[in-house]
Formats: sequence, structure tokens, C-alpha cells
Amino acid sequence: MIRIKELTKTFGKFTALNNISLELNTGSVVSLLGPNGSGKTTLIKSILGLVIPEKGEIVINGQPIKNNWEYRSQIGYMPQIGRYPDNMTIAQVINMIKEVRADVKTYDEDLIYGLGINKVQDKTMRSLSGGTRQKVSACLAFLFSPDIFILDEPTAGLDPLSSELLKEKIIAEKKKGKLFLITSHVLSDLEGITSNVVYLQDGNIVFYKTIEEIQTVTGESRLNKAVAVLMQQIK
Amino acid sequence: MKTIIKYVTLDLVRNKIMIIYALILAALSFSVLSIDSNSSKGLLSLLNVTLLFVPIISILFATIYFFNSIEFIELLLSQPIKRNKVLLAEYIGLAATLCIAYTIGIGIPLAILAPVFASVILLVSGLLLTLCFSAIALLVFVLFKDKTKGIGAAIITGLFFTLLFDGLLIIFIYSFSDYPIDKPILGIISFNPVDLARILMLLQLDVAVMMGYSGALFKKFLGTATGSVYTVVCMLFWVIVPLFLSLKIFKKRDL
Repeated sequence: MIRIKELTKTFGKFTALNNISLELNTGSVVSLLGPNGSGKTTLIKSILGLVIPEKGEIVINGQPIKNNWEYRSQIGYMPQIGRYPDNMTIAQVINMIKEVRADVKTYDEDLIYGLGINKVQDKTMRSLSGGTRQKVSACLAFLFSPDIFILDEPTAGLDPLSSELLKEKIIAEKKKGKLFLITSHVLSDLEGITSNVVYLQDGNIVFYKTIEEIQTVTGESRLNKAVAVLMQQIK
Repeated sequence: MKTIIKYVTLDLVRNKIMIIYALILAALSFSVLSIDSNSSKGLLSLLNVTLLFVPIISILFATIYFFNSIEFIELLLSQPIKRNKVLLAEYIGLAATLCIAYTIGIGIPLAILAPVFASVILLVSGLLLTLCFSAIALLVFVLFKDKTKGIGAAIITGLFFTLLFDGLLIIFIYSFSDYPIDKPILGIISFNPVDLARILMLLQLDVAVMMGYSGALFKKFLGTATGSVYTVVCMLFWVIVPLFLSLKIFKKRDL
């Protein structure tokens, strides 16, 4: 569970997050939507402790994250751009992360096999395509079966087959009561997996609704259209 | 932390630039040392090679490497590890690789062709320079958000210490030549790791007269032993202070 209270972050004169309060509960897949520069990545990075907000508080499973680093063991993060040391092989990257997380002994390697990463594990990171790197990032995020998943544009570079596989994995993990926070521009990719939608614009939350609410309010069943209609209504 | 150091080093020793750096240094050392039977002359040439190349290459390579590792650092930071551990591990891995390259390129030829005590000092001063300038590179990395600006700053810093600093020092000496400025100059020298490395080496070679004003001063005021200890301590400060500042800034930096 993630609780965000009155979070504010500015970069110089630019306000990336403006007094945001949000509560994300377990067992849900929350889609974080919004135009470019609306503060999505800043919000994610604040939760991960990569960006340090000026004001406000983030509490994860009861622990405030300020000056804390242990809480990150509960989070699996898949970055938008995965760049790894050029001369490391995939196997080395995976082993390194495993060694860093020596506290965990059981690994969730479904995706490694599902996405076929085990077959290319001796290739160096430099020689990989963007999509394959994305797959490696996905594998790493799921490796330690965390309670919270934060996926930044997870399907952006993936082929349809892999994208589908990732979605199935997300649904399976959600059923176990995990919390997902996903950003994506491709709304159709979130279709069928999203349970809540947060819409950010200029650092403010425009709405935070469950998918059912959106569907009843707009009368549209497809996420794409429903969000578009909702945006027009708000305007 | 050990894990990260291990994997960063494993990655870097296979880096082509590192391999070329070691090979070029080795080629230079072998050729310079085998030209003359007088090892002292060869050592002086190698000293100049070291003073010219090591700072620039260390600071440039390190800065570019750190900036290219931002996404990787982010990934590591999304794991339950402390920030300063990640940064320190990156630094140690990088500095270790640069030191390995220098030891292969300069150390091994010296051990074979000029096995004298002064060679050890040259190796030590080269390694200390590597540590200094990679630490300064780390500081540049945490201070600048933009890669291009960071690399620009690294180039300027490198050139400042290798070229500009001495020029300014000469202007200073000329303008104040009527005053007793011997001691202030000793102090000013301590602010340049490249000069410190030069003096450390020249104190050993007993060519203090040839190393100009500052070197002669060191010899006169501090003597070889005290002078050497002083320069090494100053250079260690040049490693520790930038490292400490980097860790302090990185703690509060947004990624």
C-alpha cells in the first residue's frame, strides 16, 4: 500500500508535482496517465526515493520513506529506459542483482523463461535491441516477487507477443494481492488489466477513479474512449 | 557493495578504451625505456607522459562513464541499497580499473626495464593521480545534471590542472618577485595534484635543479623525505575531499 500526502516537487521554477495526495491499495493495478511533462515520472521517482520532494510524505506499507532505504525491498521497478553496463552479459546483470539482494532466496523466473531471456543470456548488453533490454528490465522487476510493482512504460518497446505475456503476468500477480503502478501512453495496452486510473496534468491530479466509475460516468466500455470522453467532460 | 564493485570492474576491464589506454602506455614505456641505458632519463620521459595523459584520460573517461551509468545507478538505487554505497562502489570499480590499466601500461615495463626505487615512486604518483582525477570526475558528475555540460567541465578542470595552473603560477611568481613568496608558493602548489605528483617524483630523481622554482623550494625547505610525505598526504586529500563532497551532494541529488 502506498500513501502519498501533500507531495510537492519543483525543479527551479517548474512545479512537477503540486500538493498531490493519493492512496493506492493492494490488489489493484493503477494506471498513471497524463501528457508528457505532467509529472508521472517524477511521482514514480519520488516513490522510489530517486527524486527527493520538498514537501509532503510518502508512506509505503506503514513505513515513511524519508531517509529510509530498506523499504525498496518491497518494490520491483521497471524503468522506461533500461541501460546497463555495455560489456556485461544478461546473465551477469541478473546474477549481480541477485547477489545485491542476498536476502531473497527464491526467485520468480517465469518471465526469464517466458520471454526467452534464458536463451540469449550470454549476449552482452551493448549488443541488445531496445526491446530485449526492456525484457531484461521486466525480468528484474519481477525477480524477487515484491509487493509493489512500479512499471514505467512497460510495453513501449515490446513486441505484441511479449507485451501480452507481460500483461498476463501482471494479471496473475494482481490476483495474489500485489499493487501495480503503471504509466503508459498506449491506453489500449492497459485495457483489461487496469483497475484504477490516475490522470495527472501539470503536476495536479485531474481525477482518480476506478475503471467501473469511469465506465458508468462516460457510458463507454473501452478505456481509450472513456478517458477521452472524461477529459472532455472535465474541460 | 562488494558485488557492485566486482561487476563494475568486470564490465570495465573489457572496455575497449581501457585496453587501448593500457596498450598505448605500455608501448610508450617500452620504447622510452629501451632507447636509453640511463633509466633516470627514461623515467623523466615517462613522468611527463604520466603528467600529461593520466589526469586528462582519467577525468574524461570517468566523467563519461559516470554519466553513461545514470540509468544503471537508478536501477541499483531502486534496490534496497544506500545511495552512498552505490556511488562509492561505482567510484571504486572505475578507479580500480584505471589503476589496473596504468599498472599494466607503466608498472610492468618499469619492473622489467628499470627496476629501481624511483620507478616505484613513479608508479605510486601515477596511481595517486588516477585516484585524484577520478574522484574529481565523480564530483563533476554529481554537480552537473547535463552530460554535455559535465564533460565540458571535466575537460576544463583537466586542462586547468595540467596546463593553466602552472601558467598562473608563473604570472604570480613574476608579479611578486620582489617579495619573499617562497612559502606561499609551497602552499599554492598543494592545490594542484599534477604539480604534487611531479614534485614527488623529482624529489626522488635528484634533479631538483631541473624542476624549476617550486621543485627547488620543496627540496630546500622540506628535504626529500618530508617533501615526499607531504606531497603524498596532499594528494590523498585530493582523493578524499572530492569523494566526501560527492557523497554528501549525491545524498540530496535528484536523479
